[in-house]
Amino acid sequence: MASTSPLASVRRYAWIAAAIAAVIGAAVLLGELRRSAHNTTLPGAARIGGPFTLTSHDGKRFSSDSLAGRPHLVFFGFTHCPDICPTTLLEVTNHLAELGPKADQLAALFITVDPARDTPEHLARYLSAFDKRIIGLTGTEAETDAVRKLYRAYAEKVPGKDGDYTMNHTASVYLMDRSGALASTMTFEESEDVRRKKIARLLDR
Amino acid sequence: MKITPIRASAALQVAATLITATASLAGDYKAGDLKIGEPWTRVTPPGAAVAGGFMTITNTGKEADRLLGGSATISKRLEVHEMTMDGGIMKMRELAKGLEIKPGETVELKPGSFHVMFIELTTPPAIGTPVKGQLKFEKAGTVDVEYKVAPLGAKSASDPAGKVDAGGMGHHGKH
Repeated sequence: MASTSPLASVRRYAWIAAAIAAVIGAAVLLGELRRSAHNTTLPGAARIGGPFTLTSHDGKRFSSDSLAGRPHLVFFGFTHCPDICPTTLLEVTNHLAELGPKADQLAALFITVDPARDTPEHLARYLSAFDKRIIGLTGTEAETDAVRKLYRAYAEKVPGKDGDYTMNHTASVYLMDRSGALASTMTFEESEDVRRKKIARLLDR
Repeated sequence: MKITPIRASAALQVAATLITATASLAGDYKAGDLKIGEPWTRVTPPGAAVAGGFMTITNTGKEADRLLGGSATISKRLEVHEMTMDGGIMKMRELAKGLEIKPGETVELKPGSFHVMFIELTTPPAIGTPVKGQLKFEKAGTVDVEYKVAPLGAKSASDPAGKVDAGGMGHHGKH
């Protein structure tokens, strides 16, 4: 046998592997730092969102593939909601109106957390009061639950009288960039100006 | 008849008194020691099953009272609810024991907070058609009120809000 024992050669390979790993790690870290320096992707953003298929308010199947390359707003709600859902829909409507044709590249998705009552027909009727570009999405409970989980959004059924119920749910609007990554969130509690700036930044990304 | 300056000023005074009286009648109600200021609701999207009702309630008395519920001509039921935001999550709950109005305090029922909820709407609220209803208090009893109807998404009774006509809207925006 040569001067190097099997053990020493294993050790040498281990060192080489460690060195390569360190170099790769440093490169990834450097890239990550550089990326975050000029880009506002939120920490953990990669874990928010993802591919899905639901049914849109026109009754057709809607695939998230159709959002490729387009910035989009995603928000969760339901039509048996007296306050925040119509308010958010109206605010999004006003922002889209203000942006004019520039808003055509922006998709806006209203995903129900109450698919049992929010049928495509009902969503279509309800959404007729808002900007036509807002897409209402529903599906089976399993389907809407799965999408909600992709977005780490919360929803909970609160029983009322006579079998009636209401829903507690995440009220934030997710601002997703062209690549499908979470850029920011906005809420109805922020000023109109703050929301306007967030949408403008999303379109510029 | 010749109108003398005295007569004219008397007429103006009567008119002014009438206007003031009408203004205070327009949106304010009394129930015992409670003053209810300007109840209002707003237009809902088509097909909506629920709507919120808002107002201020001032307790001028020495004892606490509670808003327990009531009724309205536009819905099958009326409940007292509270909406809260908790870490980005909208939470809605019925105040089963009612909403307390302490002596000397004014409680505001407004969007994003306390409100009465019209449940199972039978007639959607429409601009120009005040909504008739009753409010039921633990001590002050029942009082008839009328809710002014504000536009979709209004944040207050006098908020012109809406803006929904500003471009991008389909002709089906009206309902």
